[in-house]
Amino acid sequence: MAIMNIREAIVSTLHAEMERDSDIILLGEDVVGGNGTAGGPEAIGGIWGTSPGLWKKFGPERVIDTPISESAIIGAAAGAALSGKRPVAELMFADFVGVSLDQIWNQMAKFRYMFGGKTKCPAVVRLVYGAGMQTAAQHSQSVYAMLTAMPGLKVVLPTTPADAKGLLTEALRGDDPVMFFEHKTLYGVKGEVPDGDHRQRFGEARVVREGGDVTVVACGRMVNFSEKAADAVAKDGIGIDLLDLRTTSPLDEDAILESVEQTGRLVVVDESPPRCSLAADIAAMVTERAFTSLKAPPAMVTAPHSPIPFARNLERAWVPSPQKIEDAVRRVLAFR
Amino acid sequence: MQLNRDELLGAYRRMKTIREFEERLHEEIKTGEIGGFTHLYAGQEAVAVGLCDQLTIDDKIVSTHRGHGHCIAKGCDVKGMMKEIYGRAGGLCKGRAGSMHIADLDVGMLGANGIVGGGAPQAVGAAIAARIDGKGRVGVTFSGDGACNQGTTFEAMNLAVVTKVPAIFVFENNHYSEHTGDAYAVGTNRDIASRAEGFGMKAWRANGCDFFETYAAFTEILEYVRAGNGPAAIELDTERYYGHFEGDPQRYRGKGELDRIRAERDCLKAFRARVTGAALLTDADLDTIDAEVLALIDEAVAEARADEQPDPATVADDVYVEYY
Repeated sequence: MAIMNIREAIVSTLHAEMERDSDIILLGEDVVGGNGTAGGPEAIGGIWGTSPGLWKKFGPERVIDTPISESAIIGAAAGAALSGKRPVAELMFADFVGVSLDQIWNQMAKFRYMFGGKTKCPAVVRLVYGAGMQTAAQHSQSVYAMLTAMPGLKVVLPTTPADAKGLLTEALRGDDPVMFFEHKTLYGVKGEVPDGDHRQRFGEARVVREGGDVTVVACGRMVNFSEKAADAVAKDGIGIDLLDLRTTSPLDEDAILESVEQTGRLVVVDESPPRCSLAADIAAMVTERAFTSLKAPPAMVTAPHSPIPFARNLERAWVPSPQKIEDAVRRVLAFR
Repeated sequence: MQLNRDELLGAYRRMKTIREFEERLHEEIKTGEIGGFTHLYAGQEAVAVGLCDQLTIDDKIVSTHRGHGHCIAKGCDVKGMMKEIYGRAGGLCKGRAGSMHIADLDVGMLGANGIVGGGAPQAVGAAIAARIDGKGRVGVTFSGDGACNQGTTFEAMNLAVVTKVPAIFVFENNHYSEHTGDAYAVGTNRDIASRAEGFGMKAWRANGCDFFETYAAFTEILEYVRAGNGPAAIELDTERYYGHFEGDPQRYRGKGELDRIRAERDCLKAFRARVTGAALLTDADLDTIDAEVLALIDEAVAEARADEQPDPATVADDVYVEYY
């Protein structure tokens, strides 16, 4: 197995899959980068460094720099998917789904159902999300809950380089529209990545650790924060079942319920505000389906119900922290 | 442009089919059997047929929510469409689409669209796919004078020009976006084609009530676009006979306006006068088609009424290709 970071895992997966399947095309703002400038194409290979070399290898027919036009990017991906291609559309900030939401929500998410199951829409939208780089209110949001709420879309959030490869490969070989969320602070996270063909099925949570006292459910960067919290409480002999959801649609309800039935205690960690959130959804699901197993009310560790601030200390206060997760674990354990 | 006898008969049959489909729906809707919103295309037939008669099944079109005419012109099954509008299990989309969202990908019809301006970027995507495939296919979007004011249409035109893909932007200006006139709502002095020109695209203008003028313009456009010159646009001056939606009392129309456009700008009457005047076809030829079309529409309505309603147990089917 190779050691690489998440960025490298994504780039190498795009190279391999585009080589394997000539129907895959990539489009977005600056995915080539430098078009129309003195520096020329590939002066930049993607603002996040996730597309270097693709244009040189696959050419302008398949790697398409677009104007800053999110509706056009996502709409063109939708139309290309209906026309036999497998587009990968990049939104360099997930916040921009607002600009293109109609094409995601009313168009690609609904084609299959609305057309009576007679079509598919194999489009992958890559969205860069998350707080932690002081990118403030319009460039930091975790909008996965909003898209998880839309039937027709699959929503994926890799936390490790191995999952980045496995989940992206699965997304590119499936026939449904996939919202592929990449946390902007996780690109540099290193880990082992399986060589060769590696697919990670959607809807299978990763068991990060088993402890038996409290179930902690998280996704994205919050998985890493939950690990820190788990390390902290382990010193007091408290064992955490930590689940990394990997995908929020489909959601691995079975893994969550099985763990809660053992531990009787649930903490859901969600890097977004609490109202109508992923945390609220999972807490409600567990309350409805495993009520008699619960020894304490489910706890939600979320951001406050506010936009994301700029100032470093304010942003740190906004993001759910390992300390807040630890506090929640101790709280549900202390409940009698 | 020289159309042979079969081509002329075919064009007339398709225009007449659209017209009778719409006229009949206008009556059937009054029975209350058809739910939802229905937007009729009657009056604009020359545009859909003038273009789609020159497309292959592999050329893609993206339509508007006034989409019945585009569907019929592109070759969708008329009976399947009628069942769909009646919300029946045998409808083209199993009763999931209704009038506003009918699609038939097997004939290159990527869908009517419930969102004004929703289709234009998708046609660019179809054009991107067409260029990659390298078989001279095109991606077409139909937009009305309403959709021409949507940002998606502007973004799509710019993206098409930048990427030089074989996309065709067809602007059917029937002078009303919902209930508001183009004199008020189209800021470029009612000139939509100039917007396309502003993006660096070659644009045509034609009388959308004249099949032959429309057809000739599309012949030029298709030759231009299929030759690899990038996207093109056309604005067609056309007329909508019915309201924005069925049930719209059209209080915004001028006195006698509808009678005048039906008398002076009817594309079917003009077609008949032209072909019989030039002795290309006879009134008897066209009357035969009229009777056959009426019989087809009768059958379509009867079969739609008789068809089963979708099984409620299937309500959540086909959301995903695969849901583990």
